[in-house]
Amino acid sequence: MPKLIKDGKLSKNLWHLVPKEADLAEAVAISSDHLLVHISLWREHKSELFAFNKNIGVWMDSDDDAYELANDVNDLSLIAVNFPVFKDGRSFSNAAILRLRLSFNRELRAIGDVLRDQMFYMKKCGINSFELSDTVDAEEALAAFTDFADNYQSTVEDPAPLFRRR
Amino acid sequence: MYTYDAYDKQMLEDRINQFRDQTRRFLAGKLTEEQFLPLRLQNGLYIQRLAPMLRVAVPYGCLSSTQLRKLASISRDYDKGYAHLSTRQNVQYNWPILEQVPELLAELAEVEMHAIQTSGNCIRNTTTDQFAGVAVGEIEDSRPWCEVIRQWSTFHPEFAYLPRKFKIAVCGTPNDQAATQVHDIGLYIKKNAEGQIGFQVLVGGGLGRTPVIGAEICDFLPWKHLLTYLDAIMRVYNRFGRRDNKYKARIKILVKAIGADAFREKVDTEWQHDKDGPGTLTKEEVNRCKAFFTDPAYEKLDDNDAEVASAAGKDLLFSHWIERNVTEHKTSGYRIANLCIKETGVAPGDLTDSQMDFVADLADKFSFGELRVTHEQNLVLTDVRLKDLYDLFQACKQESLATPYLGLLNDIVCCPGGDFCSLANAKSIPIAESIQRRFEDFQRQMDIGDITLNISGCMNACGHHHVGNIGILGVDKKGAEFYQVSLGGSADRQTAIGKVLGPSFAQDDMPDVIDKIIDVYLNNREDGENFLNTYNRIGIEPYKESVYAKAD
Repeated sequence: MPKLIKDGKLSKNLWHLVPKEADLAEAVAISSDHLLVHISLWREHKSELFAFNKNIGVWMDSDDDAYELANDVNDLSLIAVNFPVFKDGRSFSNAAILRLRLSFNRELRAIGDVLRDQMFYMKKCGINSFELSDTVDAEEALAAFTDFADNYQSTVEDPAPLFRRR
Repeated sequence: MYTYDAYDKQMLEDRINQFRDQTRRFLAGKLTEEQFLPLRLQNGLYIQRLAPMLRVAVPYGCLSSTQLRKLASISRDYDKGYAHLSTRQNVQYNWPILEQVPELLAELAEVEMHAIQTSGNCIRNTTTDQFAGVAVGEIEDSRPWCEVIRQWSTFHPEFAYLPRKFKIAVCGTPNDQAATQVHDIGLYIKKNAEGQIGFQVLVGGGLGRTPVIGAEICDFLPWKHLLTYLDAIMRVYNRFGRRDNKYKARIKILVKAIGADAFREKVDTEWQHDKDGPGTLTKEEVNRCKAFFTDPAYEKLDDNDAEVASAAGKDLLFSHWIERNVTEHKTSGYRIANLCIKETGVAPGDLTDSQMDFVADLADKFSFGELRVTHEQNLVLTDVRLKDLYDLFQACKQESLATPYLGLLNDIVCCPGGDFCSLANAKSIPIAESIQRRFEDFQRQMDIGDITLNISGCMNACGHHHVGNIGILGVDKKGAEFYQVSLGGSADRQTAIGKVLGPSFAQDDMPDVIDKIIDVYLNNREDGENFLNTYNRIGIEPYKESVYAKAD
């Protein structure tokens, strides 16, 4: 089971990640009652997915557009943004858009190549749950959230930039 | 100068501890080479041909004498007793040892310096005109705005993993010396009819493999919207900039692909959400930053000095130095003194530790303890009393810092090239030296007059060869080093990208090639024309004919 940090604590991961290629039948055949489906499946089969009486979350890749979920955020208890490689920074912006523009206020999870040294920035962009890459020591990774005591900019986490507080 | 408060200090301390821990984990095998790479790059650390290279940020080119002394002592303790001025107004060390870098950074922090975001795919050091704050006819001092941008861009959580590096320049002077139009974002400070300050915003300029002049996407951005508008540009770039090919990943490729109008629309759509939000700049913050850049205690002085005039009458070299290296100042009785760090036989922009200490003393004695680094790889003392110029000049001579050819042919801009850089296709420093030796006759340089010559050892164009009046680019031809020449580039308010002359040349031919190009200019120039004027009038053909003429 991949290691999960949620709201600053090691947590149990209930969600089953459904691969991008899976079709509707394959997805619902999965025994878990927490399905994390790719945005493309969600787009096509939103109502069918709901009919199965499972918890449905949506994950998006770094080249997917967070704005597409504009009308769905209230229906979802989890949205995940994928980091296919840790250097691909697009999901930082998708996370910020989900929080700032779409006012998504439930669990926002980073998945994929999630490493300790990017977690501080992820959190500032509104990500509150982290499915860690296999190689990452989860206990050590908790320290990432205190890498910096403050930040200069307006961020999702602290809308008031430092210049409004100093 | 900006000085750190408790917040800035804490931020820097946190960064040093973070990097110390990252280095420790890398050395312990807990971080892979690939995982460590962007972390060290965002702390200015490259692995070069012979050793690591550390690039230290000099925010918008401003240095205090205390900081320069620290740079000197670091070069002694951690390096080989010298440092290099880069074309981004930064300072580079060529020989630090990875294990010692965290300690080196801690020493830099003692004088409020760092290597944050001097490399990597993030927002780099913001640059500006080296005469900001003292230039005649300045619209507004750009330094406080650079500081505002420095803070906004430092550790920006959303934009630390961009498709590619990102460079911003700000200019508030009439003669743009910041190469503003060839930056990812170029900001010209403007005053509107009501006297309010704002910015003309250019995007998508850049050099490198595909040189482009930036396109205007906003004619007048009121100052309070600066940061929210920058956020919008960055978000569009971060989301839509190409990531599949590093040579097509700069913002200029995105702007070209979709067009400046479509890019502007995307930015405006994004910006509407943040406009007037919490990121909006406040008068208090701008005033806070401006308060760090007030005028020093200038004396009331006459703008003529008989003794200096008489010294110039007797000392020819001094009179040349005044003519070339000394610039008008906004304040009566003061001048801007430029130290040209281009001694023949020394890599352009290289300074020894003793020269750094010496210049720090000069800054204390003659210029209120501050100085500037220029993107032409020179140093500037911005506030020298006219009456002190001869003393300053004589002092400079002692440490080979009085070369009187600022803006002349031998004031060559040159990247470290194949002698140091692992990206380079060819050496650049020996080319600079061979040209400098050919044109050593100072009278000849004076006769040629204003000209810029830029050399890059590869397509990455750190030597800004595209915007040199004469540009030289090192290329690799089946394992041999060759040099391509371009003409007509310019980096000022009338920015132009140079045109390639033709097939490239062998290293040994370069002084002859430059000689021939100069001769075409001298034979064709009309009264009052400089090199670029003549080139723009007669075009590239006469130069081609002369350089590629077959021997009879």
